[in-house]
Amino acid sequence: MDFIGAYSSDNVLYMLEGFLVTIGVACIAIILSFLVACLLAVVRYARIPVLSQCTAVLVEIIRNLPLLLIIFFVFFALPQVGLKMSVFAAAIVALTIFEAAMVSEIIRAGLMSIDKGQIEAARSSGLSFIQTLRFVTMPQALRRMIPPMVSQFIALLKDTSLTVIIALPELMHNVQIVNGQSVNYIIPTYLFAALLYFIVNYALSMFARRLELRG
Amino acid sequence: MLDVSVLIGNWDRYMTGFGNTLAISVLALIGSFVIGTLFAVLRIAPNRLLNIIGAAYVEFVRNIPLILIVFLFYNGLPALHLNLNGFVAGTLGLTVYTSAFIAEAIRAGILSVPQGQTEAARSAGLTYVQTMRHIILPQAMRIVIPPLGNQFLNLIKNSSVLGVIAGLDLMYYGDLINLDTFKTFSVYIFVGMFYLILTIPMSFAVNALERRMARSG
Repeated sequence: MDFIGAYSSDNVLYMLEGFLVTIGVACIAIILSFLVACLLAVVRYARIPVLSQCTAVLVEIIRNLPLLLIIFFVFFALPQVGLKMSVFAAAIVALTIFEAAMVSEIIRAGLMSIDKGQIEAARSSGLSFIQTLRFVTMPQALRRMIPPMVSQFIALLKDTSLTVIIALPELMHNVQIVNGQSVNYIIPTYLFAALLYFIVNYALSMFARRLELRG
Repeated sequence: MLDVSVLIGNWDRYMTGFGNTLAISVLALIGSFVIGTLFAVLRIAPNRLLNIIGAAYVEFVRNIPLILIVFLFYNGLPALHLNLNGFVAGTLGLTVYTSAFIAEAIRAGILSVPQGQTEAARSAGLTYVQTMRHIILPQAMRIVIPPLGNQFLNLIKNSSVLGVIAGLDLMYYGDLINLDTFKTFSVYIFVGMFYLILTIPMSFAVNALERRMARSG
């Protein structure tokens, strides 16, 4: 094992660059998936005939597939039916599809946790279904969703490493490239990557725990 | 678009991958259950040092990606002159990763058993280990069943990571079939279908169990 060689400034900078890509892609994916998930959750919550059931089936299918398969499928299989994407776009699309299904369940659970009496009160004081959702249910549900959303973001940060199979230049990919220089670098670089993931995710999980205690 | 001949022509390979994915998941579940129980007990043992060891393991493993752990076993160990094939390295990686989540589930289960039971057992003369073994763990396990089901579900999905290191699972066989047929779209639709055959019933069962536990309190 060669820690000094593995941690040369070039290598460390290159790996940190990868970690920035990991964080960037995860941030974009969580924002996009939150927007898609809001739509999915509201459609299911509103009990629109046929559409709600279709959404439920779709969400269940995606949630029960391996993310690795979805990433692989988006990048390698979709071009065969005419949908060609860059590595970066494919990574974001795949992560968004998977996370949107996960997050929609968090949002739905948040919406369901709001006391029915509040909805009845809002409706009987003349608010429409949309207004009730917008001004009464959603604001409260969103606050309750914050801790599970942070946990989901931690999962996403970890899951972003799976895009290594389509060679997105994120942390795991850059670590593998550095390892190409020497067998003696493998364990030091993996430890470095593990430490980076651990520091960020542990800090986030402490933050989520504090929010939960306060909520 | 969807070519059924891919499924029919490669049925044997799909079935081998399907069986291996199931075997890997079951093996990793058993392994991670054993390791998870050990670390859960360490975390609540009446000894500060053991608590720290348990917490450090769980927090560290939980917060790093699975693929990194699998790579450590598959690429990292050969650097220490210990060669493992993809199947063994992958199953070990999955076991370590899942054990941290199972440890947390079991710890929650143990903590949900009233303190009075421990006190009663201890004052009746049982040692700490005996109390755990005969009084606390059997009761905790009942509560742990639904989260354990959830972890098994995650294990089945996570086992796809073995495809990256030639771990002989469903994803790996999908890769082989893809290289033969080049019908990527159809090949992976069927791979997905086989995963769903395992995960959808499991997910319904876990939901039903959770609802039953919630009702019975």
